Amino acid sequence: MANTHEQYYVPAQSKWPIIATIGLSTTLYGLGAWFNDLSAERAESSGPMIMFVGALFLAYMLYGWFADVIRESHQGLYSAQMDRSFRWGMSWFIFSEVMFFAAFFGALFYVRTLSGPWLGGEGAKGVANMLWQGFEFSWPLLSNPDNKLFPAPSAVIDPWHLPLINTILLVTSSFTVTFAHHALKKNKRGPLKLWLALTVALGVVFLGFQVEEYVHAYNELGLTLGSGIYGATFFMLTGFHGAHVTMGAIILSVMLVRILRGHFSADQHFGFEAASWYWHFVDVVWLGLFIFVYVL
Amino acid sequence: MSAAIDSHAHAGHDHHHGPAKGLMRWVLTTNHKDIGSMYLWFSFIMFLVGGSMAMVIRAELFQPGLQIVQPEFFNQMTTMHGLIMVFGAVMPAFVGLANWMIPLMIGAPDMALPRMNNFSFWLLPAAFGILLSTLFTEAGGPNFGWTFYAPLSTTYAPESVTFFIFGVHLMGVSSIMGAINVIATILNLRAPGMTLMKMPLFVWTWLITAFLLIAVMPVLAGCVTMMLMDIHFGTSFFNAAGGGDPVLFQHVFWFFGHPEVYIMILPAFGAVSAIIPAFARKPLFGYTSMVYATASIAFLSFIVWAHHMFTVGIPLTGELFFMYATMLIAVPTGVKVFNWVTTMWRGSMTFETPMLFAVAFVILFTIGGFSGLMLAIAPADFQYHDTYFVVAHFHYVLVPGAIFGIFASAYFWLPKWTGHMYDETLGKTHFWMSFIGMNLAFFPMHFVGLAGMPRRIPDYNLQFADFNMISSMGAFMFGATQLLFLFIVIKCIRGGKKAEAKPWDGAEGLEWSVPSPAPYHTFSTPPEVK
Repeated sequence: MANTHEQYYVPAQSKWPIIATIGLSTTLYGLGAWFNDLSAERAESSGPMIMFVGALFLAYMLYGWFADVIRESHQGLYSAQMDRSFRWGMSWFIFSEVMFFAAFFGALFYVRTLSGPWLGGEGAKGVANMLWQGFEFSWPLLSNPDNKLFPAPSAVIDPWHLPLINTILLVTSSFTVTFAHHALKKNKRGPLKLWLALTVALGVVFLGFQVEEYVHAYNELGLTLGSGIYGATFFMLTGFHGAHVTMGAIILSVMLVRILRGHFSADQHFGFEAASWYWHFVDVVWLGLFIFVYVL
Repeated sequence: MSAAIDSHAHAGHDHHHGPAKGLMRWVLTTNHKDIGSMYLWFSFIMFLVGGSMAMVIRAELFQPGLQIVQPEFFNQMTTMHGLIMVFGAVMPAFVGLANWMIPLMIGAPDMALPRMNNFSFWLLPAAFGILLSTLFTEAGGPNFGWTFYAPLSTTYAPESVTFFIFGVHLMGVSSIMGAINVIATILNLRAPGMTLMKMPLFVWTWLITAFLLIAVMPVLAGCVTMMLMDIHFGTSFFNAAGGGDPVLFQHVFWFFGHPEVYIMILPAFGAVSAIIPAFARKPLFGYTSMVYATASIAFLSFIVWAHHMFTVGIPLTGELFFMYATMLIAVPTGVKVFNWVTTMWRGSMTFETPMLFAVAFVILFTIGGFSGLMLAIAPADFQYHDTYFVVAHFHYVLVPGAIFGIFASAYFWLPKWTGHMYDETLGKTHFWMSFIGMNLAFFPMHFVGLAGMPRRIPDYNLQFADFNMISSMGAFMFGATQLLFLFIVIKCIRGGKKAEAKPWDGAEGLEWSVPSPAPYHTFSTPPEVK
């Protein structure tokens, strides 16, 4: 071919997308059936079984699809242009995640600065106060408008203990993953393995502390999902963040396994970079959480 | 290796095989043309399903009183009609057009991430399978309107709401992946020499649409997740008893919802901006201003959401801000309408079917825009809110806007897709029947709305009877006409006058440089754009 332009790799047919569709929709259908049975207090539910079958499909798909991509990459099918497509893809995916968290942060800000005070009788919209006379709004909300339906927490998590330690852990892990990246670029495999393993370890310790914090909140503070809007925003924001840390830790562990198997070179390692982008994103979200959910 | 399929240039390259045989071709395909066709067919099927529901609604409203369905079922029909038309018909149709046309327009071999492309498509039948199946459950399908306001959709919702929520999640995943693919394709796979400001407007409008999708679909996901937690896990996002706020739902929903309406119209703007110059035989007037106008509309769409909530009790400053911000959108939209009209000015116009739909688009979408301007006036909106005037408004922007845009595109590019010319007489018949039917159906809604007829009601006051009967007859006419469209498309696929590579003399763009029908693989070697 006389042109200087690289060939863009268009894969032939693939079974993975349809397996992914079957897996994802089955999992969600099972989850939905299960939730409905739980809420209706039915003794038996087929939901968990359906969900389990779906999850098996998903696991098979994830393993197989990524294996295909890695194989193609090792065969040298991916040009620099292909690499850019992956980079755009990952960047925009992270942007979509940012917007997902933005919805929950937006809900938090809205309740704290607007609807909460209105419920407490402030401003022209304070008519809502007629419903729950004497309700006073404060943040953290230690007394709900209806404390029978939504029992309020006795206290909230102190930011300067576990959350502060967790902040230090996650920020440190952002540095360690960057050190690992630098080591990879200089082809120093020893330090690379060390820094990456340390990153995963920091993530796992973070998750352990989060679990401890949740246990403390549920058992001792009465701070639960059902304890009013404070508990709702607290657990949804930290919970989704925790789910993302879990994902990130799994992804980085896979990267570690691949590195141990000798994958990635000093100049071609987008899989690793994407994982570290994701990790930095999770870290930034945590900083937002620490400031707006715990401290302020 | 079937070299016959790809007659031009690079025979012998081992990537140039034709499509696989049988059903598995469609299930496993990574080809943008196959996936584009599947999107288009899926959207048309959903158009007929959602349309049938509209027929049920109009049949019930043919006369005052309850004749055909019970109010409970009527609510399910209005809900599902909206959800299916928005997420199942209009959005997938534009994704289908994007899949087919963007690689052809920018000289790319395929979409940037072909396997993910297949995943995006197949999630849709799964999502709508789950959603539609709830109609057949004991408690019935979703009945809280397509906007699913809390607490109707939380405290008082039927059980099917859980499946609705997961269905929305699947659609969201599909849309986000589709949008990422579009952006990666446009930013990374343009032929050498095709700078951003040389891209066809359809590509530009889709680039901006994709950005909107990635920005707001996750917010919708967050919205339905809050609902899920409120319903099953005792949170109080939308329950004031726990310190939350039902109005919070509306804020989160419309932060998604308003950009969503531009998601459904911007690609149509792009398509019309290709079609009008082709049949006016003049270059598009004001290309650059079109690009900036589209970007401005997209930006403004993020700061106008509360104009859907004027009557819910927001502070006066909020009413004023959202009122003026909304009116501001008329400026870039006006720029676009001006440019289309100016493109036609003194052009050598002919009126083949795509042009008829495009011209009707300009006129009727503008009517919808003007009624939108009326609704944007906060004090006046207190009168219009939740009446049939609103229904008239958004059907004027969606039917002759989005859907006529899709019809125009389909007729414009059918020769490229099938290699045959469609039947022009039948196409024109389809246009006029649609045009008359649609105006008969929706124009009287302005009057009954202004007179105070509420929307989403199965029965109404006697004074609205005549206009409602006219609306119903128009709707039946419009609905029945779409079967003619199905016939035209099938006829065009099966045969007809052979289409040249460039069947329209005024048309411009790379898509006309490949033969009709477009070979299975195109632009494996990027063309040079000067």
